[in-house]
Amino acid sequence: MMQPLLPRRIYYGVYGALLVLTLLTVGVAYLDLGPMNIAAALVIAICKALLVMLFFMHLRFSSHLTWIVAGAGVIWLAHLLIFTLSDYLTRGWLVVPGW
Amino acid sequence: MPTACLRRISRVEDNAALAEQFDDLAQQHEAASLGMWVFLVTEILFFGGLFAGYTVYRTSYPEAFREASHHLDVLLGSINTIVLITSSLTMALAVHSAMAGRRRALVVYLLLTLVLGAVFLGIKGTEYAHKYEQGLVPGTLFAYSGPHPGQVELFMLFYFVMTGLHALHLIVGLGMLGILAVLAWRGQFSADYYAPVETGGLYWHFIDIVWIFLLPLLYLIGLH
Amino acid sequence: MSPTIAIPRADYLNVSYGVKSWLFTTDHKRIALLYLTTITLLFFVGGAAAVLMRLELLTPPGDLVQSETYNKLFTIHGVIMIFFFLIPSIPAVLGNFLIPMMIGARDLAFPRLNLASWYLFTLGSVFAIVVTVMGGVDTGWTFYTPYSSTYTNSYVVPTIVGIFVAGFSSILTGLNFIVTIHSMRAPGLTWFRLPLFVWAHYATSVIIILGTPVIAITLSLVVLERLVGIGIFDPALGGDPILFQHLFWFYSHPAVYIMVLPAMGVVSELITAFARKRIFGYSFMAFSLIAIAVISFFVWAHHMFVSGMSVYASLIFSFLSMVVAIPSAVKVFNWTATLYKGSISYQSPMLYALGFIGLFTIGGLTGVFLASLGIDIHVTDTYFVIAHFHYIMVGGSVMGYLGGMHYWFPKITGRMYPEGWAKFSALIIFAGFNLTFFPQFLLGYLGMPRRYHFYPEEFQVLNVMSSAGASILGLGYVVPLIYLIWAMRYGAPAGPNPWGATGLEWQTASPPPTHNFEETPVVTQDAYAYGLPEEDLKGGR
Repeated sequence: MMQPLLPRRIYYGVYGALLVLTLLTVGVAYLDLGPMNIAAALVIAICKALLVMLFFMHLRFSSHLTWIVAGAGVIWLAHLLIFTLSDYLTRGWLVVPGW
Repeated sequence: MPTACLRRISRVEDNAALAEQFDDLAQQHEAASLGMWVFLVTEILFFGGLFAGYTVYRTSYPEAFREASHHLDVLLGSINTIVLITSSLTMALAVHSAMAGRRRALVVYLLLTLVLGAVFLGIKGTEYAHKYEQGLVPGTLFAYSGPHPGQVELFMLFYFVMTGLHALHLIVGLGMLGILAVLAWRGQFSADYYAPVETGGLYWHFIDIVWIFLLPLLYLIGLH
Repeated sequence: MSPTIAIPRADYLNVSYGVKSWLFTTDHKRIALLYLTTITLLFFVGGAAAVLMRLELLTPPGDLVQSETYNKLFTIHGVIMIFFFLIPSIPAVLGNFLIPMMIGARDLAFPRLNLASWYLFTLGSVFAIVVTVMGGVDTGWTFYTPYSSTYTNSYVVPTIVGIFVAGFSSILTGLNFIVTIHSMRAPGLTWFRLPLFVWAHYATSVIIILGTPVIAITLSLVVLERLVGIGIFDPALGGDPILFQHLFWFYSHPAVYIMVLPAMGVVSELITAFARKRIFGYSFMAFSLIAIAVISFFVWAHHMFVSGMSVYASLIFSFLSMVVAIPSAVKVFNWTATLYKGSISYQSPMLYALGFIGLFTIGGLTGVFLASLGIDIHVTDTYFVIAHFHYIMVGGSVMGYLGGMHYWFPKITGRMYPEGWAKFSALIIFAGFNLTFFPQFLLGYLGMPRRYHFYPEEFQVLNVMSSAGASILGLGYVVPLIYLIWAMRYGAPAGPNPWGATGLEWQTASPPPTHNFEETPVVTQDAYAYGLPEEDLKGGR
């Protein structure tokens, strides 16, 4: 569907937020948060990606179908990762004699 | 006839940009946009295979991956991130100009995006050259004397393949931007017909998003 | 009375002549026929490999070809039949031809992309054929590492390039279908008025979009490993060959549903037309297609039960592999219920549809055996597996393809094929198929491994039966090739709707004009509105 014409300040605002988040992700990497480091890095990256998708890619103003398509891609990627990891993280959980 | 009656759907907009399989420009625009989003889903899964492999090996070899990541240049990686994010801004402004029918601004923003993309590639090339000098290119040239050499080489494989595939997509994007700039200069786009610019923008932003994830996953492991 | 002069009507076939008008066409119907040509050629190349394999397997010792050669035969048979025949077949030929017509559109959403799809497919198949001629590849169509990435000396890289290119062609087709079905349906054609053929191709396209890219990157990594010398599956670096299997099967399991869902769509059209009855449980049929497509992504590791992967994860995949059978079973029950109290006629397309239902059921049930972890340990990598998937892919998909080719032949060509020969071929195929593959269930259960060209003496009787069946099956495939080509030129002229079927494609001329309809239809009824007076359905002769 044809998109609405957004005021340019929205793009500048998103850009500013992306710059801040970039500095944040680099900065946080230098702190020792243990296992939270990877979580923080991913959360910040997801926020940045969401900003790009929602505003630069106009997903916020797109049809529900577009939301479903974009969502399906992300969910399928997550599924690929999770189910593949389900093998690696559970090897040795069930001890089968002779296996 | 019971199943359907036939009546003429008149094609009001006899616009030169309207392809004959579509009824109107709105349908054509919607189709183009949906088509690009579906293609981007395939790209998510294409890169996704690499992310899956990365996830498996980082989970298996956390120490080696941390060690290997320290050999990447955080400064150059961060600068490149800012370059690419800026190029996303200029691309979004290009689409905005197209929607507003502002031809001159559209061309300028497309070219700015292209230049920033080229800068990104230049910095990337510098990084690759550094890695070559440091003996961290996987294969016969690999000369690493630290701990876990095998898994460090594995990490470097992921580094080169993931950033390399990303750069390949970026190069294609540069070509696309060039073509769009030429077409824009020739006045092919208007406030009614700008779908190619918008779909090109979607592709470019996707390239940005991939890099947004590559930065922390490759460059920022355990810097503390 | 003065004789009327017949003025030949312009249709998509006679609107222009010459090689360029075909090679540069953007008409989805012509592109479908371009695909038909290439795919038929590839089918017989893949079939030739099968002929040699079955000849070798007539005798227990490996005496016809060397082991390395036999490895190349079963590899190229699998690669060609899966990537270059089954995956494109129904979507690229029947889907391309019919989907725009079934939704009342003038063409697909992206006609030039459609042509590009065909060029890519043809380029990919050139790679496959050149590899075959130059000496072949011997890794199995599954390309397991480290053999494919490190140890083999056969033509892995060009084969993978061919598959990659064909995969890209497949992605573009799926993309085209999804956008077309969403954006270009005629007025009044809501989702739940769509023919199930369209739903089936939509579900197939979703699988193509979500799965194909993963095998593309995975095989690319194998190429990289061969070219660079080290790779991410290399144990010397800490890599895991099982990771390759995960990534490979993430696509390749859903791929088998890419191969069967379109055939299920065809069968729904055939059963309703030749029972002259609405499909039983339309929405269940539509949702089951989507359910199969989604669940198919959750079962891949049932190909890896003996690989060394986690037993715990294997349990989960085993359970999910049984779940995926449920929507398929729903479809079989609903086709059967559609037949009940229908006005059934046994024309050749119907014979193929009925054959599909029976053979797919056998294949599907044996799939449930294989999903069971305990049984799978016993029969994995035996002929039991081979019989299972051939029952579905040949007994199912190929019969669906042939049934569809016969059913829509008059629409595509404007002529009818000789029904007697068609019935003969259908029966020959059914008999030959069962004689070929049922013994293989027994062979596998008794322990004969797959991919071996020599076997113990006690297996010879069953192998001879299987090879005998293969010769009959082969004859069954050659006969339609002959009479269908003959009928393209000399068959009796067919009207717009020789079967008296519902569906928008039957509302226009045979062959159709380039833009399919003189005017865009408006749809006011459900898909299978049978039970109305016959004059209203037949479009006249």
